[in-house]
Order: sequence, then C-alpha cells, then structure tokens
Amino acid sequence: MTVSLSGKEVARKIEEQFPGSVAESSQDTLVVRADFLLDVARFLRDTEGLELDFLNFVTAVDYYDHFEVVYLLSSMKHNHSLTVKVRRYGRENPVLPSVVGLWQGADFQEREIFDLFGIRFEGHPDMKRIFLWDGFQGYPLRKDFV
Amino acid sequence: MAVKTEPFVLNMGPVHPSTHGVFRMRATLDGEVVVDIEPVFGYLHRGIEKLAEQRTYTGVIPLTDRLDYISSMSNNLAYCLAVEKLAGIKVPERAEYIRVIMAELQRIAALLIAVGAFLNDCGAYFTPFLYMFRERERIVDLFEMASGQRLTYNYMRAGGVSQDLPEEFMPALRKFMDMMPRYMDEYDRLLMQNEILIARAKGVGILTAEQAINCSASGPVLRASGVKWDVRKADPYSIYDHFDFDVPIQQTGDCYDRYRQRVEEMRQSLRIIQQAMEQLPSGPVKAEVPHLIRPPAGEAYARLEAPKGELGFYLVSDNAIAPYRCHIRPPSLINLTALRDMVRGWKVADLIIIFGSIDITVGEIDR
Repeated sequence: MTVSLSGKEVARKIEEQFPGSVAESSQDTLVVRADFLLDVARFLRDTEGLELDFLNFVTAVDYYDHFEVVYLLSSMKHNHSLTVKVRRYGRENPVLPSVVGLWQGADFQEREIFDLFGIRFEGHPDMKRIFLWDGFQGYPLRKDFV
Repeated sequence: MAVKTEPFVLNMGPVHPSTHGVFRMRATLDGEVVVDIEPVFGYLHRGIEKLAEQRTYTGVIPLTDRLDYISSMSNNLAYCLAVEKLAGIKVPERAEYIRVIMAELQRIAALLIAVGAFLNDCGAYFTPFLYMFRERERIVDLFEMASGQRLTYNYMRAGGVSQDLPEEFMPALRKFMDMMPRYMDEYDRLLMQNEILIARAKGVGILTAEQAINCSASGPVLRASGVKWDVRKADPYSIYDHFDFDVPIQQTGDCYDRYRQRVEEMRQSLRIIQQAMEQLPSGPVKAEVPHLIRPPAGEAYARLEAPKGELGFYLVSDNAIAPYRCHIRPPSLINLTALRDMVRGWKVADLIIIFGSIDITVGEIDR
C-alpha cells in the first residue's frame, strides 16, 4: 500500500532548510510558496528518506481568485507519496517555475496546463500550446471560459 | 568531392497507418537517420475535462469510454474508484469481483491490440494482427453480453456495476479461459523466437530505468525497463490483494522487451481471472447510491493499472452534483515523453517500431 506522507511532518523538514517556504500544510497536502517551488522540489526529490523520484501528474484547478497547481509525487523506493500544491493569485499572465529540469515527465503536462489554463511555466524548454492551435483565443479550462 | 547535405523535415501523420490514430510527428532527418522528432497532438481533442464539469457524476462515465477507447472498462473503473473515494461509497463484494474480471479481460483485449499493432509496424502485415483479433472478438462478445456494447461499454457505476452478469456469461467465460492459454502458446511458437522480430526489435529504442522513472513512464513501458512497479501490487485497489499473481519485468528496455512484457502480462491476467471466477460470490452488484451523487467538498485521486500504465482521475468536488474539476492522468501521453530520447540516432523504419512499442491511443492523449 502506498503510504501518504504527512504534509505537516514534511513541512517541518522543509521549514528547517528553507524558512518561509511553506504557506500551509495539512495531513495530506503541502502548499508551497511559488518562489521556493524549485528549491523545495529538488529537496523532496534528493533528500534521503523522501526520494520522491516519480512525478505521477501535474494539473491545475481554477478557484476564481487563484489558480492551484497540484503535483503528486511518489517514491518508487519507499512506496510513499505526497501532494504538493502551489497557489498563484490573480488571473492576468500567471507565471510559475517549471519542474521539467527535475522531472522530465512534467514536459507535456505543463504545456497542457499552459494550453488550457494559461499558466506559463518559466524555464520550460518549449512553452507553447499543445492541443489547441496557436491562434486560439482564451483558455478553456478556466472557469470564466464558456 | 564532399557532398553538401542538410537535414530535412518529414511530416508523419496525422493520418498515417503507423501512427495508431490521428497522431503526428515532425521528424528531422539526416538522410535516413532521425536527428530529432516533435510530436504534435490535438487532432482528437474534444475537451473531455471541460465537458465533465457540466455533467452529473454518473453522466461523466460515458465520456470516460471515449478516452482510451480500446480499454473502456478500465477507464470506467478508474473514474468510479475516484467518485467512490470522494463520496465514501462502499462497493458490494460481487461487484468487486465482476469489476476485476472485466478489467483483466479488458487488459488482455487491449494488450492483444498493442502486440498485434506492434507486429504490424514491424512489417508482419496484418497476419498476427488478425490472429489477435480472433481472440479479442471473444472478449468483446463477453462484454456485449454484460453491457450490450462492443466498444464503449459504460458498464461500471459508482457503487458497483450497472447490471448483473447474464446467465450465459459464465459458460462463455469458461470456454474462453480454456481456449486462451493454447492461443497464447501459439503466439509464442509463432513469434517469440521469430528471427525477423528479433532482428528488428532487439536492442532498438532502449529506455533505461532511470530515464523511465524521470519521464514518469508507467505500465508495460516502465516494467520492460526493469522497474518492478505495478499499481495493482504497489497500491492495491478494489480487491487485487485477494489474488495471487506475479509482476513480470524485463531487463534491457528495448522494443523486444516491451513486446515480451505485454505477452507475459496477458498470462498473469488469465491467472487473476481464473481465481476471480472461482471465488465469485453471489449478492447485490450495486450499492444503494442516490441517483444524483453529491459528494462532500474535497478532492480525491484514484488510480489503477490500466493496460497502458497508471490511469488516474483527480476529482475536486464543491458539494454540487457535477465535478468542479476532473483531471485525467493519461498514461498514453506521459509515456510519450521519453519518445524523443528513444528515437534519436535510429532510422525512420526504427522510429515506427519504437513508437509502436510504446502503445498509445490518441483518444486518451488528446482527451
């Protein structure tokens, strides 16, 4: 059985390393501040005992006042998983750092989020629409797109 | 005299017999050697995730049929698992067994197509493919008995399955189970040591274990690279912990290994079906679930081992009758992440079989 890591416990470890990086933590999730995303992600991947080397999926959710990008990470070695979230307030031109350098599996998924939510991932090698054509207006999975 | 050469771009697809649907690759070639490729998606994009936000929880099930349309049962099941997790619905035991039988039959049917299409790509034009369709036909007949449909089954429901198995189902299933191992032996005799297959596929398109994990590959692609990871064992869902089966793995991660991996997985599926058939209890096949499901606000991710890899549904509920957000984790799309690295330096003919060995369905990529 895959064990869900406690967001609170992981948050404590991260706070020691990167003070001020955790916005919120609960039993099953960890909300990280966007500025620290890459540092925290690298820490989660490379720290012994965590070794979250497998990115199950990345997706986004539109909550009107903010976008939430959700990362589900697993470790093949320890068979545990952790949900990490990042919030981005404001609807105009949202930008987040890309994690492609850490988990290549994010490549197409970040392009998908850009295509359907309009969140740009900085550092992605090929940030462009993936399913819709280049001249398409709007971002269909946003709640205000009808 | 040195001849001046320059790379050129070859467009393959979206309509091409080797692209398994409407998938397009822009390949940059140096003579016959692949320098780079760029997959181009979107020719079958229907916006299923957006459509799901406007339907009731039950109304989304027919949409899931249309994701990976050659393994609709697995898609139904993955979605229902997510709704059950979100709404806290408990499934009766008989329904769990029926689900496992259906999901494993579906795995065999989908892997038969995967293997047949791969051999097609290798140049064994339609001979093995039609052998495999002969057996797949039996499975589709079984599905038709249970659900009335031959492709988009819409059979599972949150809380069980839509209807109990008809009387004629179990005898037909038993007959299939008697036949299938002999057919599998036949494929092995015909293909496993086939000289042409080995020459074309061995050592071609190697994906290492580290690369596979870093690219989030899953399913047979991951296991062929030597990573023992199967959601049915690692994170058992439904009642998979009741059954005795192995997770086969291969060593090198080349095209031949991915082919072999799929053949071995079919045998394991037969083992599971055999046990589920023997233990099938009687009882109700659907829990008492209201017509309109209104899960409490929250979120849930449920996943399963689909024929192509980890298929998951991430649902967010705001306590309404429709999902607030329904994200699908598509194994076909994510398994393609590594394609670019796998084909560099190989010839165009190898590009076709490397791509074929990954096994995709465009309905799931584009959604």
